[in-house]
Amino acid sequence: MQVSERWLREWANPPVTAAKLAHKLNLAGLECEAAPMLAEPARGVVVGRILTAERHPQADRLQVCTVDVGDGTPRQIVCGAPNARAGLCAPCALPGAKLPGGMEIKDAKLRGVDSSGMLCSAKELALSDKSEGLLELDDSAVPGTAIDRHLQLDDNLLSLELTPNRGDCLSIAGLARETAALYGLSLDRAAPAPVVIGLADTVEVSLGNPADCTAFAGRVIRGLSPVARTPDWMREKLRRSGIRVIHPLVDITNYVLIELGQPMHAYDLAKLPGAMAVRRARAGETLKLLNDDTVTLGDELLVVSADQPVGLAGVMGGAASMVGEGTTAIFFEAAAFTPAAVAGVARRHKLSSDAAYRFERGVDPALQRAALERATALALEICGGAAGPICFAGIERPAHAPIRLRHQRLLDLLGCAIAADAVEALLRRLGVAVQMVGSGEWQCTPPSWRFDLAIEQDLIEEIARLHGYENIPVAPYAAVLVSAPASEARRPAARVKDALVARGWQEAVTYSFVDPKLQARLTPDFTGIPLDNPIAETMAVMRTTLWSGLIGAWLHNHQRQHKRARFFELAACFAESDAGIVETPRLAGLAAGPALDEQWASPARAVDFYDVKADLEAVCAVFGGDASRFRFEPGSHPALHPGRCARLLRDGIALGWYGELHPVLARELDLPAAPLLFEFDWSKLSPAVIPQARPVSEFPASRRDLAVVVDEAVSAQALLDRARKAAGPSLSAIRVFDVYRGQGLRDGSKSVALGLIFQDYSRTLTLEDIDAAMAQVTASLALDLGAVLRE
Amino acid sequence: MSDPLHELQTLALADIAASADARALEALRVELLGKKGKVTDLLKSLGAMAPDERKAFGERVNRLRDAVNQALDARGQTLAQAELTRRLASETLDVTLPGRGEGVGGLHPISRTIARISSLFNELGFETVEGPEIEDDFHNFQALNIPESHPARAMQDTFYLKNGSRLLRTHTSPVQVRTMLSRTPPIRIICPGRVYRVDYDRTHSPMFHQVEGLYVAEKVSFADLKYDIINFLSRFFEREVEALFRPSYFPFVEPGADVHIKWDDPEKGPRWLEVMGCGMVHPNVLKAVNIDPERYTGYAFGMGVERMAMLRYGVSDLRDFFQNDVRFLEQFK
Repeated sequence: MQVSERWLREWANPPVTAAKLAHKLNLAGLECEAAPMLAEPARGVVVGRILTAERHPQADRLQVCTVDVGDGTPRQIVCGAPNARAGLCAPCALPGAKLPGGMEIKDAKLRGVDSSGMLCSAKELALSDKSEGLLELDDSAVPGTAIDRHLQLDDNLLSLELTPNRGDCLSIAGLARETAALYGLSLDRAAPAPVVIGLADTVEVSLGNPADCTAFAGRVIRGLSPVARTPDWMREKLRRSGIRVIHPLVDITNYVLIELGQPMHAYDLAKLPGAMAVRRARAGETLKLLNDDTVTLGDELLVVSADQPVGLAGVMGGAASMVGEGTTAIFFEAAAFTPAAVAGVARRHKLSSDAAYRFERGVDPALQRAALERATALALEICGGAAGPICFAGIERPAHAPIRLRHQRLLDLLGCAIAADAVEALLRRLGVAVQMVGSGEWQCTPPSWRFDLAIEQDLIEEIARLHGYENIPVAPYAAVLVSAPASEARRPAARVKDALVARGWQEAVTYSFVDPKLQARLTPDFTGIPLDNPIAETMAVMRTTLWSGLIGAWLHNHQRQHKRARFFELAACFAESDAGIVETPRLAGLAAGPALDEQWASPARAVDFYDVKADLEAVCAVFGGDASRFRFEPGSHPALHPGRCARLLRDGIALGWYGELHPVLARELDLPAAPLLFEFDWSKLSPAVIPQARPVSEFPASRRDLAVVVDEAVSAQALLDRARKAAGPSLSAIRVFDVYRGQGLRDGSKSVALGLIFQDYSRTLTLEDIDAAMAQVTASLALDLGAVLRE
Repeated sequence: MSDPLHELQTLALADIAASADARALEALRVELLGKKGKVTDLLKSLGAMAPDERKAFGERVNRLRDAVNQALDARGQTLAQAELTRRLASETLDVTLPGRGEGVGGLHPISRTIARISSLFNELGFETVEGPEIEDDFHNFQALNIPESHPARAMQDTFYLKNGSRLLRTHTSPVQVRTMLSRTPPIRIICPGRVYRVDYDRTHSPMFHQVEGLYVAEKVSFADLKYDIINFLSRFFEREVEALFRPSYFPFVEPGADVHIKWDDPEKGPRWLEVMGCGMVHPNVLKAVNIDPERYTGYAFGMGVERMAMLRYGVSDLRDFFQNDVRFLEQFK
């Protein structure tokens, strides 16, 4: 909302600058900025009245006007505006004037005719972004009056961004109440006096459900002048509120809306078929609105006339009954539609109106009669005519349930001492009726416009607000500390992230919604959960894998000449199954490009399977326990290279996948290479083993090496498992230290060299012990895996 | 008259001094002091001498032997030192060449910021709690005193799932709801995590991060809230932060406030910047999670992690956080 500072000061005028006032409102929770209405006001512009306007002898589109500028000597001014005409009052820049933008006015000759000054448009005075012709002023404007005095241009605009609970401040009256309360001013504005009734005409009005509308007031006015003009003072106030001047009767309803906060509507009486009522729409009913949109209705609240919809209640009037150029009789409406009845309707129909904005936030349910009187008085003043009696249905002043307020509760909740009499005084400033009903306890009845105040806390906030949040003390306090469980077995994600970072990996954060097409290729077995209202097609489904985001991050960098990628992310993936939506945190990574950043001491080569596998083994190590509990088994994943795909298991439980992207997929997705990808279920990965220490052996260890030739199909893991089992408990470690293929070996076979380390906890092993163990290893490998000792 | 012992000593010491390396020196040692060495021979010859002569000659030979030994040791040390110097010189490396192998990666600034915020609150007894990102209307809205069609819903434009009524959480407050439903006060938690709103422009990301906090116990007050927030902000920014609490409105708190801090913007000068929302937990929220609002009160606060990271690390464009450009990320090792 935007309003004129001058208008506000007509109601409440604290002795401070606009900037101070705005700051005070800010501190009270009404976000407010004050700025001069005109950055650079015009100088030397006065009201001029065009006495004569003749066509310019040399130019069809120019007129030669004589203009009265109040100094007794009409001056000749050449003007190009189409609306220049005899009798019109318009701003006139006299020679020597300076217009916003720097233009200086001088005596001149236009196409051979002397011109002494310039008649101005609204745009030329910086009152508007665009304008058609001269700014037309009231006929009653006095020639020679400085324009800034006539239009009261020395003003600030207050821009307010109000929270949804402060619907009561969406008007001059509301802001004035708040201002008065903040500065301790009294706000004595009598309710608008009832107009003299000059007509007997009534229209029957009725309410439906009081939960939808608590009051419906209206009246007939006849004999309105169809040529009436909205006066300058009202035009300026509306303009400063960001409201367009449309038609005097519409302008009046808008004026009352801004001034009092009551949305109103003016119907052309001739176009209303009968009695007015409020009811819910019947599904499928349609209504053409003022803005020419036709809406198809469900159960929205309507204003109807003889049961015909004439308005979407609290949002917008209908086109058929709107006032227009020939309107001479109207029915004015001021209703109290409830927030519940109006909320969401405008959004649903993609409409936005000042009325809906206010009704959704709440409108004073006791305001309708006063607003109607105010609008009527303005209509009679501006358009003439005579008013009928007020037709009213509903409740004039709905009772506000009293709220109990306990002083101790207030002190406890704020942690701040405020004396009882101060509490009462602050509440009274807000118009709350306060009555002490016991020791340290009050019964408080808020005014009708503070419908947001419903419970004790609401009052406490009001008191805190007026007392000033800044005056609530800041000091350390005693809190009850309850220690959270500190599970050592739940490894913090930071440990794993740090391990990866130390090994050169960069953490990425990517969107949780991804491109469904890419995702379908990566995890064809899972269906991503689609969003109903995605922001883009490429962000339309919840991810089933982190890989699509990581591929995106890789490509972003690859396209910027950064070829080496080591990205990881720890975040949730989403899938829907019979059991419902399952949300799983996953740890995933992508590696591509050179194994190392270019360097002098290591030959350049591409990253390979075993580079990243070492990183993954380091991640596994964070979770403790015997490394052999983690196993990488050959596996099959639709997105991964069938020969370069491993499933990671711990104690037989599958944790996820690691492998190289399938080359066909890499080609089809137009990727620069097939990256290495891993993804593990974090919740299954994260339980860690708490170390159970065993003594370190004091006896010497002996190492024996063994090279065996086996079929390619025999995995290193199989050799290690067999050897470990056959060697018995004296084997303390085993490692693969060479794998050889080629000369001397038949195709399809490989030589694997194992280093076995024997050590006992109770004695030094003898040669015989070790020989016996080695013999068993050799025999077992030969028997079970067809391994042949390599000479 | 020439003295053979003196002559031997002079020659021996000259030879030792002239020896070029450890091997030559060792050869000299054998030649002089070995089993068949010249000095050894002299010592052996003592046995054949008369006792008087033996004593005087013996003393002289012993002196000779000591002198030779001393010279051998000294020369040995000199040679060893020279050898070491030579070896060290030959082993010199260009220490300015870069190291070999893997470099270091980095944490994302968002998780770095969350980690910092979390640890500051953990130290004050706030437990970190997480929860689902796909939520239902109850946990995301209704339990937080935001009924259907409430204007506050328009402040948080929501992503809905196509099937059913589930939504992407618009804040991490549902984690507070879940925690309050499953525990009894005192409750002192923070809830970091990803949240989602339908908003995508220069200053809004459809996915962003929040850290929210909640403290529910007997007699928790607004003054406690103010203290904890100002204390946190001062510790986070490592300076005395000037903070302004401005009344504001969130349906789940009453009284509610926005927290602004005085920020010295290098371009725009000092100004107030909004960094958090907070307030006293609304009794309707406590009731919705079966906590007696007469017995317990609580405060809640929430902040945008991106906002905090931008202020702390001088990031000017929100979109940088989600492009994952290494040139941006590597600044946050």
